[in-house]
Parts: sequence; C-alpha cells; structure tokens
Amino acid sequence: MKTKTLFATTLLAVATLAQADDHGPRVAPNPTYVKECSDCHVAFPVQMLTAASWSRLMGKLPRHFGSDASLDPATTSELTKWLTANAGNPGKRASENPPEDRITRSSWFVRKHDEVAASTWQRPAIKSAANCAACHPRAADGRYSEHDIRIPK
Amino acid sequence: MKHIVVGSLLLAAFAAAHAVTPTEQLAGYTAQAGTPAQAARGQSFFTTKHGHEWSCSSCHGATPTGTGKHASTGKEIKPLAPSFNAERFADAAKTEKWFRRNCNDVVGRECTPAEKADLLSWLVGLK
Repeated sequence: MKTKTLFATTLLAVATLAQADDHGPRVAPNPTYVKECSDCHVAFPVQMLTAASWSRLMGKLPRHFGSDASLDPATTSELTKWLTANAGNPGKRASENPPEDRITRSSWFVRKHDEVAASTWQRPAIKSAANCAACHPRAADGRYSEHDIRIPK
Repeated sequence: MKHIVVGSLLLAAFAAAHAVTPTEQLAGYTAQAGTPAQAARGQSFFTTKHGHEWSCSSCHGATPTGTGKHASTGKEIKPLAPSFNAERFADAAKTEKWFRRNCNDVVGRECTPAEKADLLSWLVGLK
C-alpha cells in the first residue's frame, strides 16, 4: 500500500513537472512591455534576467545589441520599474552577470539548450538564439514547455 | 457626471488627433519638406545601404508587401506597406519612433522630412 501510494505520488509529481513551464511562475505581462519590446523579438520572460541586468539594458536602449531601441523617457522609466520589480533572482534562471546581459548567455539558457547543435542554430528559420518563437511557437504567450518545441528543418 | 462627459470628450478628441492615415502623414512630411515627394527616390533609399551594415530592406524585404525578418533576431516582421497591413502608419507617434530608430540604424542619423516623404510615397503606392 505504502509503495503504491508512493508510486502514485511520484507519478503525479512527474506529471506536474512535465506540465509546468520550466521558465518559472509566469508573471502577467505588462501591456507596455509587450507593446514596446516585442516587435524585434518576443517579450522575453522577465525572470530570465536580474534587476541589475534589466537596469543596465534599459539605461542604454539607443545602443541595444547593435540597434537603436530608444523609447521616450516616461516609457523607459515605467518599463524599468516594472522589469526590475519582477526580475529574476540571481542564481536561479537568471545569471548574476551574463555576458552583455544576454539571456542567451546565461548558464541556465546554455545548459537548457546544450543538445542543440551549432548547425541547427544556423538554420535560416532560426538564425539567432534570440528567435525563441522559431522553436517555441507559443513563446509570445510566455510558453516554452518542452511539449511545444518544434525545431524547424 | 459632467466631469465624466468632459473627460470622455477630451479622450475621444485626443484619440482622434492621434489616429492618422498614411496619406495624412505623407502630406505632413511633404509639407515639412517643402518639396514634392518622389516614390522612386524613396524606393532607392529603402533598398540601398547608407555606409552602414543594413538597408531598410535587410529587415523589411526589398518590396515590403510581404513578411520580413529581423536581420539580427530573425523574428518575423509584418508587412510594412500600408495596403498590406492596416496597422502601418496609423499612429503618428509610432511612425516617428520607428523612423528615429531605424534611420539611426541604417543611415547613422535621423531621416529628413523629405526622405520620410519619399519613403512613404513609395510605400503608399505599393498595392
């Protein structure tokens, strides 16, 4: 009986884990964040960077990874407040200081994608590690479950 | 109650002032430029590089009536020509924001009203 219960509990736990999105509890997206930050890339999950990283990025939007992503001061300030208030804690999914404050250079991201070959990243339909939606079709809704992964040929 | 009515009217007036058509924005830029817009010049401006890494078409495609692709992130970009995407050039602040950013990326400076008029004149004409 005890074994059966334990087995059932384990199954349930595994099932729950499989259902859970491993990007952590989803933070309801801020409409301004989605509006202003999802034209060139998906609105990345806010918990993937620390408050320090978000703060640095928001402080240099006119030079944002090679592009001018400047916003007016009021919007910049509103978004900085929301991003830093909802940021990830260092050491979990967010790295303390990922190179260039890139989500894709955090140790968590690198480990999660270590099965993806370099040649796969270079496929025209993928092109960039920042192109989440290429393989995670529901990325725009903040959904990155392994069940949903579709790697384009 | 009166305040609510006045507030709603103000809001409606603000929204109306904000919403523009591509043709109205073209007229605005042309007036600022003080010279007639030339669609052919706009096309050439769009498809050539200006001493930097990208042209406008690097992301939007040579003829932006279809889906483009961001040259850096790979994310799909919806058509830019207003006849193929009703959301384009329908909000003056958004138009200005993107001209500022993209002209800085492509040309290394902000675009002049004449350049914006030329570009918009070409884009509006794509059917």
